[in-house]
Amino acid sequence: MFSRDQWQEIFETIRKNKLRTILSGFTVALGIFIFIILFGFGNGLKNSFEQFFLDDATNTLWLYPGVTSKAYQGFKDNRRIEFENSDLIDIKENFTFFLENITPRINRREVLSYKGQSNIYNIRAVAPAHQNVEKTIIMKGRFINQKDIDERTKNITIGRLVAQDIFKKEDPMGKYIEIGESAFKVVGVFQDKSGDREERLVYLPYTTRQLMEKNNDKIDQIIVSFKQELGYVGALAFEKQLGDFFKSKKVIDPTDKSGLYIRNTTERVRQNQRFASTLQIIVAFVGIGTLIAGIIGISNIMVFVVKERTKELGIRKALGANPISIVAMILNESIFITTLSGIFGLLIGIFMLSRLDDQLEQYFILDPYVDSLTALIATFLLIFFGAIAGFIPAKRAASIKPIVALRDE
Amino acid sequence: MIQISNLHKSYKMGSNSLHVLKGINFKIDEGELVAIMGSSGSGKSTLLNILGMLDIADEGNYLLDNVLIKDLTETIAANYRNRFLGFVFQSFNLINYKNALENVALPLYYQGLRRKTRQQKALEYLKKVGLLDWAKHLPSELSGGQKQRVAIARAMASEPKVLLADEPTGALDSNTSREVMSLIQKINDEGKTILVVTHEIDIAKMCKRIITLKDGVIIEDKKTDQILL
Ligand SMILES: Nc1ncnc2c1ncn2[C@@H]1O[C@H](COP(=O)(O)OP(=O)(O)OP(=O)(O)O)[C@@H](O)[C@H]1O
Ligand SMILES: [Mg+2]
Repeated sequence: MFSRDQWQEIFETIRKNKLRTILSGFTVALGIFIFIILFGFGNGLKNSFEQFFLDDATNTLWLYPGVTSKAYQGFKDNRRIEFENSDLIDIKENFTFFLENITPRINRREVLSYKGQSNIYNIRAVAPAHQNVEKTIIMKGRFINQKDIDERTKNITIGRLVAQDIFKKEDPMGKYIEIGESAFKVVGVFQDKSGDREERLVYLPYTTRQLMEKNNDKIDQIIVSFKQELGYVGALAFEKQLGDFFKSKKVIDPTDKSGLYIRNTTERVRQNQRFASTLQIIVAFVGIGTLIAGIIGISNIMVFVVKERTKELGIRKALGANPISIVAMILNESIFITTLSGIFGLLIGIFMLSRLDDQLEQYFILDPYVDSLTALIATFLLIFFGAIAGFIPAKRAASIKPIVALRDE
Repeated sequence: MIQISNLHKSYKMGSNSLHVLKGINFKIDEGELVAIMGSSGSGKSTLLNILGMLDIADEGNYLLDNVLIKDLTETIAANYRNRFLGFVFQSFNLINYKNALENVALPLYYQGLRRKTRQQKALEYLKKVGLLDWAKHLPSELSGGQKQRVAIARAMASEPKVLLADEPTGALDSNTSREVMSLIQKINDEGKTILVVTHEIDIAKMCKRIITLKDGVIIEDKKTDQILL
């Protein structure tokens, strides 16, 4: 079935029927190419999605103080709840089983000045554990550390874009920036995958902030990360116990929904993961759709090709071609063309994707790629179904009486 | 060489059936050159196609070189066509994307001969029909007479027992017709058995025997004085 002679005959036929060869080759190459591109884009979408939503720590609880809506144990309603340093210590002492990290956060907007230039930035006063929670990546120097907290130093860690704005090409490390009345020393520069907003921030020791604000001990928010192995159920339990604890400590009616807010990221993570898998399904759907379209395309062409060759097949039969050799000829030819052009389309597609890289990031397509297994399976499927699609008309053509085939015009 | 008896063939078209061959009997010996005559629609092509195993009779016996041709699978029929029969058609039936040489070599490919041998043989037969210089030309670059000579070379290349020609001069002018018939006579002189379908008496007279069909039966079967070209 695969003698050298037969291949020579096939090559000859392919070479001398360029239109036919180009037509079917083009269909297959295009099918694979579009599949690779679409599938790659789908994966690119998934990449940007994951970067947007999944880059913060996924095992955190966020506590915000609120304003009570119910009177309780002698307190009137409409009472503003506040967090303070003792709350941090209480959590550390009472929830060791759950706790991984804890950090307060105090947000302010302030003017930063350097060499006469001023600009307003968001400043976050935090503890060292904040780095873990926000997955902040240090590019230079260091993050706020425990010594900064203990000694209430005037050290800051600034975002990549802050450094760019203020220092341009200058090295920001060790330079002093004025915030309000005092000068702060830059001890580190960070980046954050969550986007530009996160990189226009300045981190400050929270104890320093409290010192700046009349040496109080107030805290805006508390972020708590819990041990990953607790899982979803453990996280819910932790959230419940923490809520109960704070409500009793701050004397809030247990049924009051507005005195204290707790945001649990696990729920959001679950949603995001569900969204991601929906995206995955859509991507797969688009991919399979493209493949099916390709298969239908190549099937049509095979039907057309065989029909066009009916007379030739009749002549070959009159000269002594048996049915098997007819089928083998058509199949070998089509498999040869589809394999070659399939691989061609595959390579072009992969090449295009790798060239695109992150050029389409503004369209939320980041690092589009197709894993090689998917690409190979898709190519194989197209070739395989192309062969089957060729087999059916080839078989039919082989069984036409030669006299009928010869009459074909 | 060929022996047929009581051959019947009808074409079914919907509920109608057209009885085309109504009991044909004849015997053709090795080395004969037979013309099959008859008006249009008398069943000449039908008969020749059955003899060539391109079509199947409804009834009757057909012996080719003492082999009974009946109920053959398509694979065996293909094999017999390849080894025993050579065809020449009115419309040449050359493969248009193959050049003269490749067309002539094609039946040899189906005989399983090696490429070298095929080329040699094909060239030899092209030379025989006087077209050695045209070996690399496509059919579209050849005249009608040249195409028919290529077709004859192709039919002869597989060295068949019988050459079947259905109106080989039907598409040619009288001069080219004579050239082609001269070639057929030459091949016959070398001992090949040949059947030529024609409705021109001039062509028929260049053969050695004329069988005349009318309405599906033989009305005349006689030897003739061959006009040698
Ligand atoms: N495939 C077919 N289906 C139906 N009828 C057919 C078929 N082939 C031939 N016929 C009919 O059978 C009859 C004999 O046809 P055939 O081709 O054998 O005639 P012929 O003698 O070769 O004629 P011509 O000289 O015109 O070639 C004609 O009436 C024709 O219409
Ligand atoms: Mg006819």
